[in-house]
Parts: sequence; structure tokens; C-alpha cells
Amino acid sequence: MIHAENLTKRFKETLAVDDLSLDVAEGEVFGFLGPNGAGKTTTVRMLASLIAPTQGTAKVAGFILGRQDTDIRRTVGVLTETPGMYDNLSAEYNLRIFAELCEVKDVPGQIEKYLKMLGLWERRFDAAGTFSKGMKQKLAIARALLHEPRILFLDEPTAGLDPESAHLVREFIIELKKQGRTIFLCTHNLDEADHLCDRVGVFKTRLLVVDTPAKLRSSVFGRKVIFHLRVADDGMAEYVRKLAFVRDVKVVENKLVITLDDPEKCNPEVTRVLVAAGADIQFVGELRHSLEDVYLQLVKSA
Amino acid sequence: MNKIKTIIRKEWAEVFRNRMVIFTVAFLPLLMTAIPLGIIYSTRGTVSGTSNAINNQLPSGVTQSMCPSGLSGSDCFQVFMVSEFMMLFMLVPVAIPVTIAAYSIVGEKTTRSLEPLLATPITTAELLIGKCLAAVIPAILATYAAFGIFALGSWMIVANKVLLSALLDARWLIAIFLVGPLLALLAVVFSLMISSRVNDPRVAEQISMIIILPVLGGFFGQVAGLFVLNKQIISIVAVVMLALDVLMVYLATRVFQREQILTRWK
Repeated sequence: MIHAENLTKRFKETLAVDDLSLDVAEGEVFGFLGPNGAGKTTTVRMLASLIAPTQGTAKVAGFILGRQDTDIRRTVGVLTETPGMYDNLSAEYNLRIFAELCEVKDVPGQIEKYLKMLGLWERRFDAAGTFSKGMKQKLAIARALLHEPRILFLDEPTAGLDPESAHLVREFIIELKKQGRTIFLCTHNLDEADHLCDRVGVFKTRLLVVDTPAKLRSSVFGRKVIFHLRVADDGMAEYVRKLAFVRDVKVVENKLVITLDDPEKCNPEVTRVLVAAGADIQFVGELRHSLEDVYLQLVKSA
Repeated sequence: MNKIKTIIRKEWAEVFRNRMVIFTVAFLPLLMTAIPLGIIYSTRGTVSGTSNAINNQLPSGVTQSMCPSGLSGSDCFQVFMVSEFMMLFMLVPVAIPVTIAAYSIVGEKTTRSLEPLLATPITTAELLIGKCLAAVIPAILATYAAFGIFALGSWMIVANKVLLSALLDARWLIAIFLVGPLLALLAVVFSLMISSRVNDPRVAEQISMIIILPVLGGFFGQVAGLFVLNKQIISIVAVVMLALDVLMVYLATRVFQREQILTRWK
């Protein structure tokens, strides 16, 4: 659905996006993670045909960037970093403007559908300026969806929202995914990315890595299994270390933290060795690294 | 075309909620209409003396270009006085679009609403035209309305038909129906370019008001007797305005680029 090849954007001396190549499949939720100033918004602007790349090519929903820009803008919905509402105008009028500009056929019907879906129907005649931040964000989401775009670019959709509103927005994104829409999600909220995204890309001017959250965890940190023993010491660790498939062993209090590539296959053998060595195994579990750990590790090393 | 209409409706819905804009659109035309009407009313038959004596005191260009035969010296003096204020009348199509455009563009910048707008399938040209028309149309309508009131008021005050046709002659018609819209377009494009560089609508408005200086210059030049605004001069002004408009629209299309708006309009 989105195919970018060597996409580069330079602002005078500043390289904002460097040689980005990327594919996002139809119906996929793709998380685009990176620190502030990494070039995420510039990437979204390029893919949504708001600004032109300095180099490289891209196809969005089959339309060629730079040649079919109006078609691209007709096909995508963009939730910008700030809601950017006309504060003096009512919620309904705000949406009406954008529905007309996006060539929506049933303008009143679409407005009603999304205002009701996002719980803003009762406030439709109130000026957008009187809305809370969360309500404005929901209104901006409604605006991005009015023309039923096949691809959605969401730039920090839950930034600054209270937990309840953020939860509602996340649930809404899951609903959009169920409808088969392709979602390109820029976020700083790594739990959110972990929860919502099929794949994530870590980006800092250039794309550092792309994979599913689970595979990223194992590729960066390996998979770690914790054996809780009655007594854990270096002697026990030494028995385990002799096994060829063990990548690392650490003793932490009465636990052995063992790094393995395939715990499902290796755990029985490790258990046998430890029992043979006289260990009393109390409990076995997997240590899960958060996506945040992965992200920090990747960004730091970049 | 529909998108341009949407932009115009949106602009009007936004800017006409601003009291400053409403004040400018309503008050200025009324003031500029009241001044020449007041002059016509207050100078009725107040100038005594023979036609020749008065005509000798007026600049020679005035009697040649403004006073058809059949007008008394007193009438000729009235035509001269009202003509002095024609340039001030031209402030209407300049000041109104400057105010509207300043609030329209800078308003978009401060609310950061331009990016979502640019993310729609609207073309940059449609957006630029919509914004220009939203500022130019009220200015032209206000100018025409003010001129209509002025013409009606003159008709009510002035009994002499020759005098009435001298007061509302071709100079006024060229000024109102040709120079006015060209001035309005020039003002709005200039204001658009200024607005792209500042973040406060009041600052944009104040800087953009530089555009009224040539109009005021024309007024004071005429009052000082440097020239008489006859049909030829106004026609030349119209041609110069047209050339300036073409140049400014060209420059504005360079300023009003999607990428520049998103990355430099801060």
C-alpha cells in the first residue's frame, strides 16, 4: 500500500530524512518510532504529498508521488501533530469544510457518522475552541476519516490526552484496523505501538530497523529465561554455560537469567542439566523486554 | 470551483466574527462616502462671484477637464472639491482586503490549521484564489455600495443635472469599477506576502497598510496642486495597477507554495 524507495529530504544543510526505503502492506498498522526531530513528521508529509522529496520515489495506494499528488491526497487521511481546528467555528462546520474539500458525497451523513462514533454529536454546534484537548483530537480524527481514506497517517494521535481519551483513541484505531485500513502511526508511546502495531520501524533520520515488536525484542536482546532456584550460584551457572545453545548466563540473587535463541526447544535440556547438578527449580519464566528497552537500545547505538 | 467557494465561505465565517474586520468593512466606506457628500451639501451656493472669476482661481486643468459648459463657477468649485476626495475614496478597496487577508492568513498560522487544509485534495492555486477572493469581494462590494450611496446622495442633494453628471463623470466610473478592484487585488496579494512572514494579525495589518501610502500620496499631491486627476491620469493609473497586479500575483504564487507554507511559515 505504501512503497518508498530511497526517499530523502534535505532542507538546505539539514538532512531530515536519509535514504528511507519502506513497504507497508494493505491493512497493516505500521508504527513509526523515533525521537523528536528524527524526521517522522517530514516523512509523513512526504508520503502524504504535502512536501516533495529531494531524492527517491514512492507509491502511495498505487499513485506515484510527485506525479499524482492530488490522487494521493484524495486517498489518504492525515491526522496532523496539532489538531489545527478553526476555533471560532462549530465542530459541525469544521467538518463540513473538510468534507467538501475532500469531495465527500454525503456530507451530512458522514459528519453524523463520525461525530456519533467519537461521542461528539451532542456538541456538534459548539465552537471547536470550547473543546478540551481530547475532544479536539477526536474531532481531528473525525476530520481525517470523513472521506473514508484507505490509508491513514496518524501523527501522535494520543499525545497529551488523558488516559480515558487515549484509550478511546486506541480502541478506535483497532476498529479502523478491523475495517482493513492501512495505518501509518507515528508515536512516542511505545506501549501503544506494542499494543497496536503489526510492525514497527525505528527511525532517526534513517530507518534503523523494521520488524514485528516481538522479533525486534529477540533480535536486540535475545530471549531470556529465568530459572528461580532455591540456591543459585556461579557453579550452577557454569553447568548451564557449557551447553552449546546458551548465549549468556547471569546469576541474579537466587535466579539464573539465561539467554537463548529458542527457549521452547532448549528449556527441557537446561532443566535436565540443572536438576542433574542438584538444583531445586522453583519456577521458570520468560523475561520480556519492553519495546521501550528495544527502542532506547537502538536509538542509543545509532 | 466548488473548493474555491468552500474556502471563501470558510474565510467569511471566520473573519467576520472578528469585530475589527466588521468595523473596517462597515465604517470606512461610510466615512469615505460621508466626506464628499458633506462637501457637496455644505458648499451648495456658498461660493459667490461670477463664473469667470471663480474659474480663474481654480487650476487650469480643473476647468478644462472637470467643468463642462453650462456649469457655474460655484458648481465648478463643488466638482473640484469632491474630486479632491476621490483618492480618499480609493482607500476603501485597499484597507478592507488588507484587514481581511491579515486575519485570514495569520489566523491559519496561529491555529496551525493550514497543514490539515493542505492535506486535502485542494490545489495550491484553488486555495490562493479562494483566499484572495474572500478578501477582494467584500472590498469591491463595499466600494460599490459606498459609491452607490454617494451617487444616490449626490442625486438627492444636487438639482442641476449637468452638475450631477460632472460630479459622477467617467473619472469616477474608471476609478470605482476598474482601479478599485485592481487596487483591492494588489492590496490582498501584498498583504498575503507580508502575512507569510509575521505571526500576529495586527502586525501583518499594520505592515500591509504601507500599501495605502501611494493612495494618500495621490490625495496630497492633488490637494497640493501638483496634478489634476483627470480621465487620462486615472486610465494610466489603471494600466500601472494592472501591471503591478500581474507582478504581485506572480510573486505571490512563488510565496504560496505548499512546501514553503509548511516548513517556513512559522
